[in-house]
Amino acid sequence: MIKKEMIAMLLAGGQGSRLGVLTRKVAKPAVSFGGKYRIIDFPLSNCIDSGVDTVGVLTQYQPLRLNTHIGIGIPWDLDRNIGGVTVLPPYEKSANSEWYTGTANAIYQNIDYMESFNPDYVLILSGDHIYKMDYEVMLDFHKANNAEVTLAVMPVPLEEAKRFGIVITDENRKIVEFEEKPEQPRSNLASMGIYIFNWKTLKEALIAKAEQPALDFGKHVIPYCHENQAPIYAYEYNGYWKDVGTLHSYWEANMELIDIVPEFNLYEEYWKIYTKSDALPPQYISANSIVERSLIGEGASVYGKVYNSIIGCNVEIGEGTVIRDSIIMNETVIKNNCELNKTIVAENAVISDDVKTGIGEEADNETDPHIYNHGLVCIGEHTTVPAGVTIGKNTVVFGETDVSDYPDDLLASGKSLIKEGEKAWEHWV
Amino acid sequence: MGALGIILAGGGTKHSKMGELATKRAVAAMPIAGSYRSIDFSLSNMTNSHIQRVAVLTQDNARSLNEHLSSSKWWNFGRKQGGLYVFTPTRTVENSEWYRGTADSIAQNLEFIKDSHEPYVVIASGDCVYKMDYNKVLEYHIAKKADITVVCKDFSEEENVERYGCVKIDEDGRISEFEEKPVKAFSHTISCGIYIIRRRQLVEMIEKAAEENRYDFVNDILIRYKDLKRIYAYRTLDYWKNISTVQDYYDTNMDFLKPEIRNYFFRQYPDIYSKIDDLPPAKYNVGVQVRNSLISSGSIINGEVENSVIFKKVFVGNNCTIKNSIILNDVYIGDNTHIENCIVESRDTIRANSFHKGEDGIKIVVEKNERYVI
Repeated sequence: MIKKEMIAMLLAGGQGSRLGVLTRKVAKPAVSFGGKYRIIDFPLSNCIDSGVDTVGVLTQYQPLRLNTHIGIGIPWDLDRNIGGVTVLPPYEKSANSEWYTGTANAIYQNIDYMESFNPDYVLILSGDHIYKMDYEVMLDFHKANNAEVTLAVMPVPLEEAKRFGIVITDENRKIVEFEEKPEQPRSNLASMGIYIFNWKTLKEALIAKAEQPALDFGKHVIPYCHENQAPIYAYEYNGYWKDVGTLHSYWEANMELIDIVPEFNLYEEYWKIYTKSDALPPQYISANSIVERSLIGEGASVYGKVYNSIIGCNVEIGEGTVIRDSIIMNETVIKNNCELNKTIVAENAVISDDVKTGIGEEADNETDPHIYNHGLVCIGEHTTVPAGVTIGKNTVVFGETDVSDYPDDLLASGKSLIKEGEKAWEHWV
Repeated sequence: MGALGIILAGGGTKHSKMGELATKRAVAAMPIAGSYRSIDFSLSNMTNSHIQRVAVLTQDNARSLNEHLSSSKWWNFGRKQGGLYVFTPTRTVENSEWYRGTADSIAQNLEFIKDSHEPYVVIASGDCVYKMDYNKVLEYHIAKKADITVVCKDFSEEENVERYGCVKIDEDGRISEFEEKPVKAFSHTISCGIYIIRRRQLVEMIEKAAEENRYDFVNDILIRYKDLKRIYAYRTLDYWKNISTVQDYYDTNMDFLKPEIRNYFFRQYPDIYSKIDDLPPAKYNVGVQVRNSLISSGSIINGEVENSVIFKKVFVGNNCTIKNSIILNDVYIGDNTHIENCIVESRDTIRANSFHKGEDGIKIVVEKNERYVI
């Protein structure tokens, strides 16, 4: 008989539209992070490091990159005879076929998967946070309190609390009330979107609320459990936790890795972060280059100057090029004599000679000011930037652009240049 | 490819020319080019030539090698059919000997070869750095109707060939003379230690040698049979280096600072595979100066590094100078240390304010200090 004490369900189907063109072709959990990782590596590694060896990954939006990344789970030792990692996309049913319409709806549609492991507890995770957490300790807390549901919470500054779902607890950490994005928060404990449920409680709640449109954990399932007097506890977490939901927080979280002893340390021996990676050669730093305060991935070749930046695997940086405060993702080529400032360049892009980015006065982005802000330049994957052009701040470039797209060789601050070239599909064959 | 692979990875302590570097590991496990071990090259060549069943024969200092080969998945040998086998000497009722030579190591594992069905066997050694499609050698072997084909390389007149097996080749490519480690070389064509032979032929020859208590593949098979059997030379023009001396080992690693060598091995198809270590990207702190160097993942650099190869998980402290050196895996170098013309042994901890310089030749630094930091 198959029996797992706790299995994890990892929600990885979201688009993450606030990451702009970074998530145009990939789901947010598959976006690169910290030079060689992808965001989903953090919860997946936490699972295996916590001894959770059965993980269902729920995918929906642009799953190709996610599927190839996860494969059969080899990098995380999640290739198991029983359990291991299983990718769970939405599927057709004899009646009532539908997409995953909400976080809890996605879990509801996979009741059979969970049931097959006969679990006592189910851990619900989301694939878009950067943190290290021992879920086993959280489970111990859950058991010690005889809880039916446990939420991981973290203290946030009171003035920011109104952006989060806030919980109010008694002295025993038992939750007495929930407040969703309150104007006047009565507590600073914010829910992190990490839940442990008793399987019975979860199953009962999911079935009871099955007809609810866009069934969501925060909005429907947990309130339902609360109404039914299920004991719900708050497990306080005090380590590093970063929601990389916006372009700026994504950039910031990357930059924090560069600090001498970063708060989020990738170099710790215990609690390793695993990722799928090819056997790559070491990086080469040429005789005339300068590299300072940076992380550089395997296989990269640096002939220029790199300050305060994160450089992915197999990236090439040409002679005379200066890169500052930027994130360059895997396989991208930056040719000679470029100058990149506060620029995020996604994977497989080509920046031709003499390109300058992040230049000029700030101006709000014309199409999506809520995405492209803080002076960042965002260049999408498989994008080509022609030689000699200058790109301003709060800008976005996507597609195979040529000189004709840049009047006077300039993309002024605040402009968006998104080009769906006819050849775009060729990369995906 | 209808061939079985055998990698001879026995050499360890007996290779005194490798000095202290070989006291810890078999030469086949010597770290190369920042992220690889020397056996990765032969293993990758085998998998890239579609050989699906490979035996690694090893005995001396095998721990490091065994650790490296603990999973066969990195070289794509994690298969239900075939795969990677590591054979060390085992005591049986009939046999309690170590491998007494290359031929003996094959003889002691003859059952494995007999139980295989592949028509040919590719024998390679684990201490060479090269890329080769063994299919090409096999095509040549078949075209020449050879009994054994030996991969050979022409060295220039200036190069010393004393350490190698030298061959003389006739117009047809057949080896007419073969001398192991000649005092006075009669040619500058050397054997690369890579052989192709029909499996049944190999079984027959090895059984015969074993009966006669002969244990060495080169002396007791190649040289002994050269007039009787058709032994042919396949000339390779590509990069091939054997790392049996400290100088060779140093030079081979330094070769990877050349763009054309890196390009050949790392950017051109097919790839070289190695074990994946799950290390974070290399980190460069403030005031770092790195010039013309290879830096591997998991390393943290604070000082100055020039013309050097830094392996995985190395920590270089503040105000250090590393010049023309090779720093092996997991070395910690304390602040204000100067290292020049050295090979620093893996897992060393170099105290702050140390000074190491190879004056005439390469200095091997082995320091086993306690490590309190990190």
